[in-house]
Amino acid sequence: MAKIIQSPLPGTFYRRPSPEDPPFVEDGASVAKGDVIGLIEVMKTFHEIKAEESGDNVSFKVENAAPVMAGATLAEMD
Amino acid sequence: MDLTGKSLFIANRGEIAVRVNHAAKALGCRVIQAHSDADAEMLAVRLADEAVEIGPAPAQQSYLDIDKVVQAAVNAGADAVHPGYGFLAENAEFAAAVEKAGMIFVGPTADTISRMGDKVAAREAAIAAGVPTAPGSKGRIESVEDALGVVADIGYPVMIKAAAGGGGRGIRVAESDEDLTRLIPQAQAEAAAAFGDGGLYIERMVTDARHVEVQVLGDGTRAIHLYERECSLQRRRQKVWEEAPAACLREDSRQRVCAASVALAEAVNYRGAGTLEFLYEPARDEFYFMEMNTRIQVEHPVTEMITGVDLVQEMIRIAFGTPLSMAQEDIKISGHALEIRVNAEDPSNNFMPFPGIVGAMKVPEHARFDTMLYEGYAIPPFYDSLLGKLIVHGADRDAAMDALQAALAEMKIDGLKTTLPLFAALVRDPQIRAGEANTAFLEDWLQSNTIEAA
Repeated sequence: MAKIIQSPLPGTFYRRPSPEDPPFVEDGASVAKGDVIGLIEVMKTFHEIKAEESGDNVSFKVENAAPVMAGATLAEMD
Repeated sequence: MDLTGKSLFIANRGEIAVRVNHAAKALGCRVIQAHSDADAEMLAVRLADEAVEIGPAPAQQSYLDIDKVVQAAVNAGADAVHPGYGFLAENAEFAAAVEKAGMIFVGPTADTISRMGDKVAAREAAIAAGVPTAPGSKGRIESVEDALGVVADIGYPVMIKAAAGGGGRGIRVAESDEDLTRLIPQAQAEAAAAFGDGGLYIERMVTDARHVEVQVLGDGTRAIHLYERECSLQRRRQKVWEEAPAACLREDSRQRVCAASVALAEAVNYRGAGTLEFLYEPARDEFYFMEMNTRIQVEHPVTEMITGVDLVQEMIRIAFGTPLSMAQEDIKISGHALEIRVNAEDPSNNFMPFPGIVGAMKVPEHARFDTMLYEGYAIPPFYDSLLGKLIVHGADRDAAMDALQAALAEMKIDGLKTTLPLFAALVRDPQIRAGEANTAFLEDWLQSNTIEAA
């Protein structure tokens, strides 16, 4: 069963540290526990989203700069 | 002036949209409220005669999109557009676009906005009108050599500021020639990247600074002041507590800064409500002009409470062409007012934002609460965290402090973490009670005090 990474906060999800930078994690890449996979902007403050476990073949379920609710699935991985 | 039959388009959200709505309705206006799709349930939409969706949740695609906002106002048949504060309120291009589309912009002309928005041009206008500024460069500094020449006259420490900056952004402190030589190129590059303008200027650093600001109203010809506010309690350069009048000023100092502010407002043919912000240095009894905000400010209610003037109604009347309805001698200070900003942030957890659902609310009877909240409202996470402002008035500052303490004990907002517990602690602090807090006070206080979870 796929592992999921959820958003702990409601807000806007960003896959990149800034618009000019590459994504924190590319689709299909692997992550280690504690890797930053994106940012959530909530009320004009930014919070890092970290992988709570390691995984491979990451697949993002939310577009860059899309609004998300708390608990939304941001990405799935094996 | 009766504005019955006129329609006002509110190009903002949150508590200020509610405040403008009340003022416009009191004048007889029909209210059209702009909103993003995330704001369809906001209080200002419910109170409006008509609501228009202007785009998706991100402000860049809704409240900050000039074309969309102007087009929505035109389509709705608006006579005038009120920009509130933040978003497009101090955007000269927006003001020009509103007027070009045949509507009234509730604020100064686009020319005034752009002149006062350029910090160097604003400082030059201030000096020309006799408004005191911090000793520093005459205009922009072009090089490190320029900067070293300026500091040779005024001494260290100095602040390096971006000409296009504001709200504390892009400020650096230099204590030595070595600092200055290193920081100037950095600050130039950063200002160019952040504001598209690498222009810098230099000012003397002020010690034990108090933030004092003067409220003005102008009709394009004549201007008056409505005395000053003090907003020294700040966290990360954001005001959290404001009062009027400023307890740190002597009467002659007050008259001096207020008269100078009127001179500047008249010199630039100021129209609408505006605020001149100063740092005040008590030991020298000197004011240093920082910037002019060409809009209504968050903390305007404390001025309303001590003068009895409805600033938002007044700025709307002026926009519709009515000359100022009052003379300077009509404006008197009565008592003392305090305002605290209730934000959806958890002060017991490093001010973590908390956009939840509003539970039961209890608002104290003898206080004013300017808010966007209602029971059951789900606060969207996409915008700033200001929920409302609790405002009290007393016969003097001590009475106002007592009233604030009583109001905070009564006030309840269930379902959210808010900054209310912070103020319950601050109102009991002896230094704040004594009116002796400077602009560095709150950051230091937060280092050595913890706020109990509510």
